[in-house]
Amino acid sequence: MSVLVLAEHDNASLKDATLNAVSAARALAGFAGGEVHVLVAGSGAQGAADAAAKVEGVSKVLLADDAAYGDALAENVAPLVAGLLANYDAFLAPATSRGKNIAPRVAALLDVAQVSEILSVESADTFTRPIYAGNAIATVQSSDAKKVITVRGTAFPKAAASGGSASVEAVSGAADSGLSSFKGAELTQSARPELTGAKIIVSGGRALGSGEAFTQYIDPLADKLGAAVGASRAAVDAGYVPNDYQVGQTGKIVAPELYVAVGISGAIQHLAGMKDSKVIVAINKDEEAPIFQVADYGLVGDLFQLVPELTSKL
Amino acid sequence: MKILVPVKRVVDANVKVRVKPDQSGVELANVKMSMNPFDEISVEEAVRLKEKGVATEIVVVSVGPAQAQETLRTALAMGADRGILITADGPTESLGVAKLLAKVAAEEQPGLIILGKQAIDDDANQTGQMLAALLGWGQGTFASKVEPSADKVAVTREIDGGLETVELKLPAVVTTDLRLNEPRYASLPNIMKAKAKPIANKTPADYGVDLTPRLTTLKVSEPPKRSAGIKVKTVDELVEKLKSAGVIA
Ligand SMILES: Cc1cc2nc3c(=O)[nH]c(=O)nc-3n(C[C@H](O)[C@H](O)[C@H](O)COP(=O)(O)OP(=O)(O)OC[C@H]3O[C@@H](n4cnc5c(N)ncnc54)[C@H](O)[C@@H]3O)c2cc1C
Ligand SMILES: Nc1ncnc2c1ncn2[C@@H]1O[C@H](COP(=O)(O)O)[C@@H](O)[C@H]1O
Repeated sequence: MSVLVLAEHDNASLKDATLNAVSAARALAGFAGGEVHVLVAGSGAQGAADAAAKVEGVSKVLLADDAAYGDALAENVAPLVAGLLANYDAFLAPATSRGKNIAPRVAALLDVAQVSEILSVESADTFTRPIYAGNAIATVQSSDAKKVITVRGTAFPKAAASGGSASVEAVSGAADSGLSSFKGAELTQSARPELTGAKIIVSGGRALGSGEAFTQYIDPLADKLGAAVGASRAAVDAGYVPNDYQVGQTGKIVAPELYVAVGISGAIQHLAGMKDSKVIVAINKDEEAPIFQVADYGLVGDLFQLVPELTSKL
Repeated sequence: MKILVPVKRVVDANVKVRVKPDQSGVELANVKMSMNPFDEISVEEAVRLKEKGVATEIVVVSVGPAQAQETLRTALAMGADRGILITADGPTESLGVAKLLAKVAAEEQPGLIILGKQAIDDDANQTGQMLAALLGWGQGTFASKVEPSADKVAVTREIDGGLETVELKLPAVVTTDLRLNEPRYASLPNIMKAKAKPIANKTPADYGVDLTPRLTTLKVSEPPKRSAGIKVKTVDELVEKLKSAGVIA
């Protein structure tokens, strides 16, 4: 069973989400002794392709280098993928905002159902995936000849970024669909680790009350711990922090070694995004807060007093 | 411009669902059902576009059991003009729904189709993208701002690193994210008025679409349980626990 993986990259380098997807692809390819290939669709993306060629377990990299692929527009990338899939049994994309945008478009072009955010590969056609905000895990079997799948990064280990020596082959597709164009981006600037890859995360909730409080209370703690900063939906909706800080069912899924939830109640939608963290710490003034039901260590009290104390004692 | 808004009837966001003991699915008997929260955001956006004079008519469509009629009524009470109920028993898959919606779009010729980014029951996050593919239209997914002009729509999207803006040729498909707007509550007079708004009753067969699922659910199980840990009394105790757990130096 040969598998094509969509690379998550910024043209110059490969994003870690690709490595988790490669592991899932290797598990799938393993059921029939097939190969794992990686597609780098981008513009000036030789750097990303070279990085993909070094990933352990990847036997070929397809590089589609064209201005039309530079901004990862689904309208342009999906037909490229659908064309390439004539030679593959399965297509895997990381369940990132980019993968989630492109993969279903590929699936529909091929008339197959997509299996979203798989947690495990049970066999060549059977997978587990979370439903109802992770309150249930479904085992699903696909009857489609070709599989289109997105991969939840936290559920698969990262393939080693070095050790492989795949060939890089140029491929092309119809390029610009004329349906859409990229106008610009406002990316969050931060010197901290990326949320989805961070070993430690400090997240703040509505209780912070303002963006300034995030800067004053959450940031110093995160700095001390070398942590990424996350947030609940309530904190994002209130504008305390940018949208891409949201952890949860409809935000980012994280599973760090340590997750510190500060002033977050622990709604099911938030738990869906962080309950697979190794160690969870909760600081909340309400001892009945649901977050304490999943926390390894709970500290009941006022965050405005406890967080500075914790920061100073680390 | 006509706007088409697909709305799904799902288990209410505040319900913590339980897996059935026989692992055949989740317990849905006597559970509160509501409009998918992202679809409320879609309806709200369409209504605002109508209030601004950009949209002329809002058609809402739902695929599901007969009770999905209530979901359509809620959308009509929020300000949609008419509904289409496509009755389908049993679970619906995104691909089948997208095929039905493509047929509805061919009939209705909307300028914009606004869907939710994901249904909070199956958490699939697929239908809008699939529909755009089937129609050969552009897609603006995970929208936090939607600005239509004469023949284009600018969509600001919530992406992993922040925000990006794309411009799509009309007609186009948009899927909504949480920050797009805050849905209104329907007023009592509008709920009354909605009772008189028309809902057309259809079946998948009327559109020649086969909804046979491609995925078979073999079983549904409980996620690994995480047990509550301990409460620490002081910051010092917390620091000491974290050190002995080896998560901080
Ligand atoms: C469709 C949908 C999708 C959603 N997706 C997500 C998602 O992806 N992620 C997400 O997080 N949420 C999501 N939500 C929202 C979720 O249901 C909750 O509303 C949200 O998580 C609450 O955020 P919060 O815990 O910060 O706020 P609250 O629930 O208001 O909790 C604030 C907490 O702070 C505590 N507190 C107050 N003051 C102090 C103090 N001084 N010191 C210490 N503690 C204090 C309170 O006791 C309380 O427990 C979604 C909801 C819906 C309907
Ligand atoms: N059965 C359905 N009836 C109407 N709309 C639906 C249905 N299923 C999905 N949708 C639409 O597609 C969006 C995404 O759903 P999904 O792809 O299932 O996560 C929803 O927010 C709805 O707008």
